Amino acid sequence: MTPAAITALRHKDLLGIADLAADEISLVLDTAEAMKEIGSRPIKKVPALRGKTIVNLFFEPSTRTRTSFEIAEKRLSADTLNIAISSSSVVKGETLADTALNLEAMNPDMIVLRHSSSGACHLLARICRSAIINAGDGMHEHPTQALLDAFTIRERKKRLAGLKVAIVGDLLHSRVLRSNIHLLTKMGAEVWVCGPPTLIPTEIRRFGVRATSVVEEAVRDADVIMLLRIQLERMEGAFFPSLREYFNVFGMTEKRLELASPDVMIMHPGPMNRGVEIASEVADGPYSVILDQVHNGVAVRMAVLYLLAGGSEHEAAA
Amino acid sequence: MKRLLKGGRVIDPGNGIDGMHDVLIDGDRIVRVGRDIPVEGVTVVEVPDGYVVCPGLIDIHVHLREPGQEHKETVASGTASAVAGGFTAVACMPNTTPVNDNANVTAYILAKAAEAGLARVYPIGAVSRGSKGELLADIAELKAAGCVAITDDGHPTASALLLRRALEYAGMFGIPVIEHCEDQSLKGDGVAHEGFHAASLGLRGIPGACEALGVERGVLLAELTGSHFHVAHMSARASLRAVRKAKEAGIRVTCEVTPHHFTLTDESLLTPVAYDTNTKMNPPLREAADRDAILGGIVDGSVDLIATDHAPHHYDEKNVEFDRAPFGIVGLETAVPLSLDRLVHSGLIRLPRLVELMATNPARVLNLPGGTLSEGAPADITILAPDLKVRIVANALRSRSKNMPFDGWELRGSVAATMVGGRPVFVNPEASIRL
Repeated sequence: MTPAAITALRHKDLLGIADLAADEISLVLDTAEAMKEIGSRPIKKVPALRGKTIVNLFFEPSTRTRTSFEIAEKRLSADTLNIAISSSSVVKGETLADTALNLEAMNPDMIVLRHSSSGACHLLARICRSAIINAGDGMHEHPTQALLDAFTIRERKKRLAGLKVAIVGDLLHSRVLRSNIHLLTKMGAEVWVCGPPTLIPTEIRRFGVRATSVVEEAVRDADVIMLLRIQLERMEGAFFPSLREYFNVFGMTEKRLELASPDVMIMHPGPMNRGVEIASEVADGPYSVILDQVHNGVAVRMAVLYLLAGGSEHEAAA
Repeated sequence: MKRLLKGGRVIDPGNGIDGMHDVLIDGDRIVRVGRDIPVEGVTVVEVPDGYVVCPGLIDIHVHLREPGQEHKETVASGTASAVAGGFTAVACMPNTTPVNDNANVTAYILAKAAEAGLARVYPIGAVSRGSKGELLADIAELKAAGCVAITDDGHPTASALLLRRALEYAGMFGIPVIEHCEDQSLKGDGVAHEGFHAASLGLRGIPGACEALGVERGVLLAELTGSHFHVAHMSARASLRAVRKAKEAGIRVTCEVTPHHFTLTDESLLTPVAYDTNTKMNPPLREAADRDAILGGIVDGSVDLIATDHAPHHYDEKNVEFDRAPFGIVGLETAVPLSLDRLVHSGLIRLPRLVELMATNPARVLNLPGGTLSEGAPADITILAPDLKVRIVANALRSRSKNMPFDGWELRGSVAATMVGGRPVFVNPEASIRL
């Protein structure tokens, strides 16, 4: 079923993919195509968000996502402001609600928030008139990552519906996983998730996915394989014995890749642990689209910013 | 002064009374329950048809926060909340600042309660000094000062050995050990019930097994020591199973459940407001299968009593990220409407069982003087208006804190009036009764 074409999002904020309908996801992806063209011009700037103020409020370290948002904002001519606050200083400093109220008092149009607590964006959205864009909240969602992943898949495969997508890694702590599950299942993909049972969230099947701890089963005939970062400190929580053992059991090697579809795409939201969740030969190999993901991230974020800013005053690619 | 509560349905499960009776009060004592008591020389209070006169309700799990956390609640505001909720007595938890681990703190709480002159207050002492889980508190001293039980509530007793000793030692005084049942390693930094909704919202989970392990530990130690073990705020179906088995085996174990655990499920984490910190409590709101099991326990008698775990927190403390917010909600003023609406009007139980759960059994479990309308008993009486509809308004609560997820709820069943020692301490202006 093709969703009816729409021209605007039905939300003030982008808190998660869970809130979006399939037609809204398609709208973002279609808009991103137009945005991508802007990035290939000699003058990579359009006036779409001229006069709009966007605050990038990052409570967690981030290189890729923050930079990507900032470039996207600049290409749309928005006035941007970066605030990086280490989460540890929050303990003695002001509350998130007070930080939000203070920023709000300066009347920004949008706040892009990265925070270590799940639901931090919901808290801001309840307080603020500004549009809140979730740039990753705790273990909850990272919607722009899922959108850029979908954009990258769609660009290659020309569709999302019917594709077998295997997501392998630390499922439990991953916001990328949750956003991707919501997006891919809404768009009709067949999603398999795989990891050690200690890192699989409770009742994962209720999300409409297949779950397995046998990596070969997950990647067999897969059109897309997404690897999720294994954090070194998880060993302390006894989630798995060692990085070496993780790599042996779950690591994406060329040999395992042979089971997948011949034109499989290898994706990773970064940052990668080479030799843990992914072998270097695979990360740098012919099937890898990892840098395409980063490249597309700018266009997708431009699309999100443009649409949430109310987007119809200016022509997208004017 | 003699007062006659005339009319109304009198329910006193301890004495097997359920019918149209009058209750005669002289001063602070109950004189008689019966029909056609002469009205000469007494002040007559007409109790409307459909209202219920019962022993004063008792909430044995309340955090009054005083001393030390008066910004959340005081003994005065907490007992005002209690009487407005139909409770004539509350037992208060020792996790104050300082901890109620000695007679001075106990005496301070009792002095504040006397000053407030509202609900009766029965302090509960700490198991260990400072609730640090190392040395036993001076339990004889606590008991002599007025403590009716011991607990390190907020946390489980630190070790099986300490819990064993506490049970043995408290057994000497005939007081129970109340346990916040939880395996702390399994809880980790969990903030919500481990299930679909926590997984979806990216919240760290606390499985039901975490509580059940604590229940099993306590049950085994109650069997070993022969002492009375009381399970606080039981939420998981596996805990209920353990309690049932223990009771069948004749082990001295009792348990309580809260209105929020029998009303809500973990779906409240998501809707109507996602990440509402007023849905964060410990134990967490469980999944439907647990909630339904708890309702089953209320129906079949496995659950001994209802207690609120009234846990006031200041607005500022709750207005933070979900994982940073403190656990707990206030419950004194919503317990009766929730219980009547969700248990009685839903057809699960009848009114006498509710009175048993909220008055008779709380008094028995902590060996308190109330919970009965027997001749000579204290005239602690709650009058219920089971069909009076009420709209819960957080900002209208008497409690100093407003942290609860029931704001705006419309429920059927309310408190009409509350009397402590023969003295009216609360009359609901919406009810058709004047005292």
